[in-house]
Amino acid sequence: MVSANVIALLYLLSAVLFIFGLKGLTGIRSARRGNALAALAMLLAGITTLVDIGKADYRWIVAGLVIGGGIGAYVALKIAMTAMPEMVALFNGFGGGASALVALSVISLAILEGGEPLGASASISGFVSVLIGGITLTGSLVAFAKLSGKLGGAPIILPGRHWINGFLVLTTLGAAIYFLLSSGADATALVTSFLVATALSLALGVLLVIPIGGADMPVVISLLNSLSGLAAASTGFVLSNNLLIIGGALVGASGLILTQIMCGAMNRTLPNVLFAGFGGVSAASDSRDYQNITSYGPEEAAMVLESAMSVIIVPGYGLAVAQAQHAARELGDLLEARGAKVAYAIHPVAGRMPGHMNVLLADADVPYEKLFEMSAINSEFKTTDVVLVVGANDVVNPAAETDPQSPIAGMPILKCYEAQTVLMIKRSLSPGFAGIKNALFENDNTMMIFGDAKVVLQGLLAELKELGTA
Amino acid sequence: MGELLIGLYVFVLAIFVGFEIITKIPPTLHTPLMSGANAISGITVLGALQAARAGSTELSSLLAFGAIVLASINVVGGFLVTDRMLAMFSGKKKKNK
Repeated sequence: MVSANVIALLYLLSAVLFIFGLKGLTGIRSARRGNALAALAMLLAGITTLVDIGKADYRWIVAGLVIGGGIGAYVALKIAMTAMPEMVALFNGFGGGASALVALSVISLAILEGGEPLGASASISGFVSVLIGGITLTGSLVAFAKLSGKLGGAPIILPGRHWINGFLVLTTLGAAIYFLLSSGADATALVTSFLVATALSLALGVLLVIPIGGADMPVVISLLNSLSGLAAASTGFVLSNNLLIIGGALVGASGLILTQIMCGAMNRTLPNVLFAGFGGVSAASDSRDYQNITSYGPEEAAMVLESAMSVIIVPGYGLAVAQAQHAARELGDLLEARGAKVAYAIHPVAGRMPGHMNVLLADADVPYEKLFEMSAINSEFKTTDVVLVVGANDVVNPAAETDPQSPIAGMPILKCYEAQTVLMIKRSLSPGFAGIKNALFENDNTMMIFGDAKVVLQGLLAELKELGTA
Repeated sequence: MGELLIGLYVFVLAIFVGFEIITKIPPTLHTPLMSGANAISGITVLGALQAARAGSTELSSLLAFGAIVLASINVVGGFLVTDRMLAMFSGKKKKNK
């Protein structure tokens, strides 16, 4: 048996490697090595734990590792980059679920199987793990269903949902207090209170996420990411395992920062995202609200692009849905070959999760030097000949700046309207997730091109090539 | 100082370290950051291993087994998919294309 001190020092080494791994992610060049370092840290931690366990029945352990590892590897290698938000959402849920199961296992051992009774701090943190883990699990499953289209993106608003949620929270707290105070009570009562709390936390996860609309998914997925870390940290408290606490805290902090950034990018507060049921159908506008729409085909648009010396491409979720990232990159390359300056402008909440558009464009081999954040590129629109908006809507809606009554008032937007010409590729005039009209469509310098992003981009490509040879 | 307090110290300090480092990560890498965080949240596999050591068919071992499966999906899947994404960012052309 290796001494507990050696084990603790090896855990410390893992923690240091995790932190260096995260540090690697602060630069694009060092990021891959950083991820490898973090993986190494995990491997070291795993081996250390196995050594610490010593002689045990390894059949279940090996089976679990092989099954889980196999599924994980399969998913990671097969998943399309457009489906990253779904995958991260699902993994958030697995992380939370795993932490809750560990806490349940420890509690079951202590209460049902005659193990050593839990101390007060282990009981409290066990309860917290199960609650956070349960909410994370079911909340993430709902987010996964929404992101993968198995459930509609529109908010599902139950009548009196705040009352239902409040009731559930209070009942859960009641069960928790009963559990903690009844140290002398019989096992059945303890188990019942625990099971009640577990079931309620699972229900709460569902109820908290179903009223949140598709546009707010970047916030939700970041928040659930954070919760999955906090669940792991509180499991660390149950087991007095500092490495779990550190790893969980790092993930918790990461998710919180992303949540904050996403809320800021929409000029919303977290409570507003969670409880307002934003993006309902009530405010929805349709094509009848628009006048002065000029619709063009790829030929006219190609002519505009042909004479452009500077082009900014603004990708949105429509690009992801149509899998149009490769066509967008081809068009960008062609324009560059013709002497135009091409850049890509990325709004922080474009897509369904933080950084989603960057990954899609990287997938299409767009060099990251050409991807610009909103703050870096917003001053460039004034001097740009053509902005090509591909499947984005709310993030370019000038109403955010001009109409203080608008639901998105104050949200920072990409100032496309300042460009000479705006080419807007959209499927239809239907509103974005905010459910509001986009004044940009009606501007004199806006040309609407209706259709699937990929089809339109390929049409543009063909027309441009023809112009080039003529 | 009791174990709970030591744990709290560690937790709070780790949160601060996390904040310091993660605010410096560029938005371009936010998706890989999240999938990497998925992998790190799989650290709970250590707890699952400890809980599974009894190896019996008692409820606690079955729960621990479930935890090992879920957590190792996260660990293996999270690190692999992050590596896949970061390989794209490092600018190397994909081989067979």
